[in-house]
Amino acid sequence: MAGRFKPVNIAGPVALLLMALLVVAPLLALWSQAEGAAGLSVPDWSAIRFTLFQAVLSAGISVLLAIPAARALARRQFRGRAALITLLGAPFLLPVIVAVLGILAVWGRAGIMSRGLEVFGSGPISVYGLTGILLAHVFFNLPLVTRLILQGWAGIPAEHFRLAAQLDMRPDDIFRRLEWPMLKGVLPGAFLLVFLLSITSFAVALALGGGPKATTIELAIYQALRFDFNLGRAALLGLVQFGICAVVVLASLKLSRQTDFGATLGVPVQRFDARGGWRLWQDRIVLLGVSLFLGAPLVAVLLRGVPGLVNLPASLWPAMGNSLLISLGSALLALVLALMLAGFIDRLRARQARGASIVEGIALSTLALSPFVLGTGLFILLYPVANPFALALPVTTLVNAAMSLPIALRALLPAFAANRRSLGLLADSLGMSGWSRFRLFLWPAIRKPAGFATGLAAALSMGDLGVITLFAPPEVETLPLLMYRLMGAYRMEDAASVALVLVAVTLALFWLFDRGGRLGHHT
Amino acid sequence: MDITLEALLIRQQGFSLAANLTISGGSTAIIGPSGGGKSTLLLAIAGFVKAASGKVLFNGADFTKAPPAERPVTLLFQEHNLFPHLTVWQNTALGVRPSLRLSRAEKERVAAALAEVGLHGAGERLPSELSGGQRQRVALARALLRDRPVLMLDEPFAALGPALRFEMLDLVARIRAEHDATLLLVTHNPEDARRICDKAVLVADGVAGQPCDTVDLLDNPPPALAAYLGT
Repeated sequence: MAGRFKPVNIAGPVALLLMALLVVAPLLALWSQAEGAAGLSVPDWSAIRFTLFQAVLSAGISVLLAIPAARALARRQFRGRAALITLLGAPFLLPVIVAVLGILAVWGRAGIMSRGLEVFGSGPISVYGLTGILLAHVFFNLPLVTRLILQGWAGIPAEHFRLAAQLDMRPDDIFRRLEWPMLKGVLPGAFLLVFLLSITSFAVALALGGGPKATTIELAIYQALRFDFNLGRAALLGLVQFGICAVVVLASLKLSRQTDFGATLGVPVQRFDARGGWRLWQDRIVLLGVSLFLGAPLVAVLLRGVPGLVNLPASLWPAMGNSLLISLGSALLALVLALMLAGFIDRLRARQARGASIVEGIALSTLALSPFVLGTGLFILLYPVANPFALALPVTTLVNAAMSLPIALRALLPAFAANRRSLGLLADSLGMSGWSRFRLFLWPAIRKPAGFATGLAAALSMGDLGVITLFAPPEVETLPLLMYRLMGAYRMEDAASVALVLVAVTLALFWLFDRGGRLGHHT
Repeated sequence: MDITLEALLIRQQGFSLAANLTISGGSTAIIGPSGGGKSTLLLAIAGFVKAASGKVLFNGADFTKAPPAERPVTLLFQEHNLFPHLTVWQNTALGVRPSLRLSRAEKERVAAALAEVGLHGAGERLPSELSGGQRQRVALARALLRDRPVLMLDEPFAALGPALRFEMLDLVARIRAEHDATLLLVTHNPEDARRICDKAVLVADGVAGQPCDTVDLLDNPPPALAAYLGT
């Protein structure tokens, strides 16, 4: 009987081996190459300091602003509330470089904010450097943290708010007795998440940072590889970056509690306090501020980009072809790897929980190995045997797949487990195995999360501006890279038009896969 | 205390409940099919659900617009009556003052309330360390401290086994008698109603009926109740 499961049984370990190889080989390459470097130089240390400094600020500001925003959303019912919550989800799919373009349009030298401040006699904001990096990181992470905290609020039982009302608790008491305990559970994890994302957001540093005062570790790696061709220095910095990320990932794993993503965000909590007065106005101002902060850059890109849509640069089409190849390739690769690994982990978990956790840990280790460091390792690995610049597209595809794998696994594993618990014995008793078992028994149960995960992987890969910058020769472009190069040439209108195309394709890809997973789905 | 619902009408999405009745002290069971509006009735009396029209009166005084804290009522829910991060003592003492800054005399009252519900010496424990029955005892102790004339329980012991449930019901009955409180008990179990409630109100088909004798109602049920009881 066991022999009939063989094809499936091999798939898991093979995928695991591939993953391990993909993680270990580049790390070894970094390790061997780093030995040649003469230790960390003064600029290296300043890059490390700046990386940590901006990440602490990004995480701190995002979390501090998200608390009042989430509270306002949690306790107010108003027209457009659902739309605002949807808007909060948008930055996750939004290509980073598009947001950067929008932020430049609003906060840059000629932007609305700078000109607005000039009226008050203050000079324009210098958006390049720390300010811009913080703006971009808060733009991306404030919505994320707001949603996380909102889930926490939704998780407080309605009875507790009724109880508070019956006991005549004042808003201060409610904060202390109900809200603070919830926040204490949610905030540390949220902070670490933003911290990690801010350390590894290469595209933001590339577009807005630079110079001795605003260079992150990843940006320093990029410069070492592309400009100085100093492999040893790049490798050493790559190891440092890996070390920092690994510590953060381990810390957040220690903190992580199973967050319930099924919690409903649709209905506000029924509250009996803070109905009017200054608290109502505080909530209104906070929500208006958040909407403007998130909405203005998007509107700015839209306004700038629409006129150019009739006259798109010719270089758009080959760039779009490359982007689609990378996006679809990496999404499918991520899906296949995730399916193989999820099946393996799920079967292990039924027998041996510890083994399953270890395998899952290995699969999630790409979280600590930021895509950019992974790319650096691959560059060093490939350099002696092949021309890295000729391999830009396949390497980017591979790295993007590895980047999406943890998300895909997280989406698939619960569906695998639920399916095994509910129908596994039935399928066993019917003697279903191999392909028919997958097609008839497993696939219908997991196609929804599979579609979602594939869509997400395709969208993330479509908007990615990371590893490609290391490998791409001048004549090879993806849509985000094309945007970046246009922005570098101060062709902002053209960049905005390309941004609109990029966003449209990204959303379309996500929609297609997500939709495909739901079609004919009866749950 | 008299509770009067004067032409009270509650409207929620796809659901309405009408009540026009007076409950004069004693113990009254609220019975009827699930989804019929039993809990909604208690939520309206406690001030958590707004009335579309009509009035809520306590001893003739109009409380229709009064916020929950000002009503002479303590409502116990089926679950989530305790804050999980506060100790038994803290959860109970909230009934005196939410700030938990208590005088020596007030602290003694808290200890006495805990002793009365059989939780003497359990003050430092957390709700997660208690059984379901013990958690409801804490909520009852807090209700004792609040000392409101009306005590309302929304299926408070539905999750407990029969022996424990009867024990808890008897505790409630004893507390009610000692404090001469007016008790409203939502239950889906006719046995509960027979055990401690001399009167009962049937809530079915969007209407809360007149209070009547529990035994009469259960022995000669109208059609809606008969269908629910399966008799």
